[in-house]
Amino acid sequence: MYVYDKVDQKIIDERVAQYRDQTARYLAGELSEEQFLPLRLQNGLYIQRLAPMLRIAVPYGLLNTRQVRKLAWLSREYDKGYVHISTRQNVQMNWPQLPEVPDILAELAAVEMHAVQTSGNCIRNTTTDQFAGVAPDELTDPRPYCELIRQWSTFHPEFAFLPRKFKIAVCGSESDRAAIYAHDIGLELVRNDKGEIGLKVLAGGGLGRTPVIGSVICDWLAPRHMLTYLEAILRVYNQHGRRDNKYKARIKILVRAMGVDAFRAAVEKEWAAIKDGPSTLTENALAHAASFFTDPPYETLDGAAANRELADLCSEDAIFSNWVERNTREHRVDGYRSVTVSLKATGFPPGDITAEQLEQLADLADEFSFGEIRTTHQQNLVLADVRSADLHSLWQRLQPLGLATANIGYLTDMICCPGGDYCALANAKSIPVAEAIQARFDDMDYVYDLGPIDVNISGCMNACGHHHIGHIGILGVDKKGQEFYQVCLGGSQAKDASIGKILGPSFKQEDMPDVMEKILDTFVSLRAEEESFLDTYRRVGIDPFKERVYAEAD
Amino acid sequence: MPKLIKNGTIIGDNWLPADDTLEQPASNQIHTLSQWQALPEKSGSAVQLEPGDGVEPLLEHLTDIAVVAVNFPGFMDGRGFSYARELRERGYRGEIRATGHFIRDQLTYLSRVGCDAFQFADETLLEPALASLQDFSEYYQAAIDQPQPLFRRRA
Repeated sequence: MYVYDKVDQKIIDERVAQYRDQTARYLAGELSEEQFLPLRLQNGLYIQRLAPMLRIAVPYGLLNTRQVRKLAWLSREYDKGYVHISTRQNVQMNWPQLPEVPDILAELAAVEMHAVQTSGNCIRNTTTDQFAGVAPDELTDPRPYCELIRQWSTFHPEFAFLPRKFKIAVCGSESDRAAIYAHDIGLELVRNDKGEIGLKVLAGGGLGRTPVIGSVICDWLAPRHMLTYLEAILRVYNQHGRRDNKYKARIKILVRAMGVDAFRAAVEKEWAAIKDGPSTLTENALAHAASFFTDPPYETLDGAAANRELADLCSEDAIFSNWVERNTREHRVDGYRSVTVSLKATGFPPGDITAEQLEQLADLADEFSFGEIRTTHQQNLVLADVRSADLHSLWQRLQPLGLATANIGYLTDMICCPGGDYCALANAKSIPVAEAIQARFDDMDYVYDLGPIDVNISGCMNACGHHHIGHIGILGVDKKGQEFYQVCLGGSQAKDASIGKILGPSFKQEDMPDVMEKILDTFVSLRAEEESFLDTYRRVGIDPFKERVYAEAD
Repeated sequence: MPKLIKNGTIIGDNWLPADDTLEQPASNQIHTLSQWQALPEKSGSAVQLEPGDGVEPLLEHLTDIAVVAVNFPGFMDGRGFSYARELRERGYRGEIRATGHFIRDQLTYLSRVGCDAFQFADETLLEPALASLQDFSEYYQAAIDQPQPLFRRRA
């Protein structure tokens, strides 16, 4: 993974000193609430319902175990002993004290971490595929590009006061695991006719109040032009994005208002002025970035033999077999598999992990996966490089930690924002809905039989739980002071991205498990053989679901 | 005499602030964009850009203009950052002053995009603001103060 040099460290240290001074001036009354707001936001600090929330950046989801242990220590020292993995691969602390945040940031800087631009109207943390570098379907590793974008976007002087937040995701594989179509800018690594690798550029995607699938504005861009092209897009957005209404301020609204062709033309015009300028990436810069994302010292293993041994172990132990099938996936290198550690055990808020679990998992990562842990936008953790022969030992060690729930990609592996329990923006709670659904569907045989289903829950229109792109999306809404839940069906975050369609009038919280049951019953009665929920939905449409769910309520 | 920070020190300012109620602004007055556009002779002139004005109208006269004041009616509106940088990229060499309600915590960014003068609505803020010019000593990306991005400068 990327390692700071003296300059990276200096920049981050200077930022901590700057924010320490800003916090002191705020506490002394020299900075107004209004002035301090964007400063603290751009250092990750929100003021939430019950306490501040600090969102710590995990650049493209990569952590070493030293950093993981630091997060565990910080959560004990400055918080309540647990942290939350966000839907943009970041880590959130829910109870830090505002005056102590500069100390927390200094501790983070000591392990090459920060909370820079995790909030505010600026370029946020760049996200990517959690299986970058290890996925068999990968064209090329997206992480060097992510790191170059991280450096370019960190304290970018022109784009720190944009009309609204700005999110970039990069994907380098056949299947999109980074939801690039739901980002302000999505970059996909692709080959052109000549077989050269370049970037397909999407712009204007986003969720929130007006969900939009991103539009292609450039089919193939040579990698050396990446930063100047991004700069041109941002410049068009910074000057022309709406600032009069925060709900219409995202780039998706601008792209729509101008039309994709006019937007592209405006970008090309800005780009012409800076193309081939100093921000053009050099061969050296690309090679230097790539040099941090090389293979760990893999052993040369007999893949076929490893698969046979694993199959034998699985045939002896159905529970282990379930876990291997759901929570591990094929690796590029023979004899290795990638493990997803589920943070979706029933009875715990989705995405939460305790200090002790973090520390134990860090030990396991050191022992089994080259000392690296990744965060996922589905709010789980990944040990990317585990020998197949070690899976059984690892699984046995994960079980007592409560980290062996075998549900990745299935109904109970829900994406869920912190919701009204924590977040000041939320209209409704989301965690209790997730927990009630997990509790209702506790028969794992039934859950496995349903096949993969993405259930995404957001507590408000800001859509941190990405409800629009869940196969089943749930949105908390406020109806005259009461918490209600709207359901949408048919969303997808994959390359066949789609925005879910609203099923009908919203439901009370206590009715949600019944509603889910009716939706799933409808699916089971209509599915053809092994058909997935999404395929069935796309074949039969929303009407059968609507009839069934609302039939008895009438 | 009003004061401002210019090239890192506090000095007196000879320019009168923009005033859109004047029909005939003084020769040492900063003009609003429409006043300035009506000026027959642009040499040595000073013009103020408001958010939304864009730099386009100035581009033909970049060598004539002495001062461009980039106004910030509120500090959250970041359009002025692009204006300053674009003017410099197009070759403007005169003064670019930030005026209005920006805050000292934005001085690093403003200097980096090419502002060399800072005039706060409240002059008592000038002295303490000098320290904010020293917040950072290194940067990743290319800008006006450092046209080479870090990746071209790393050994």
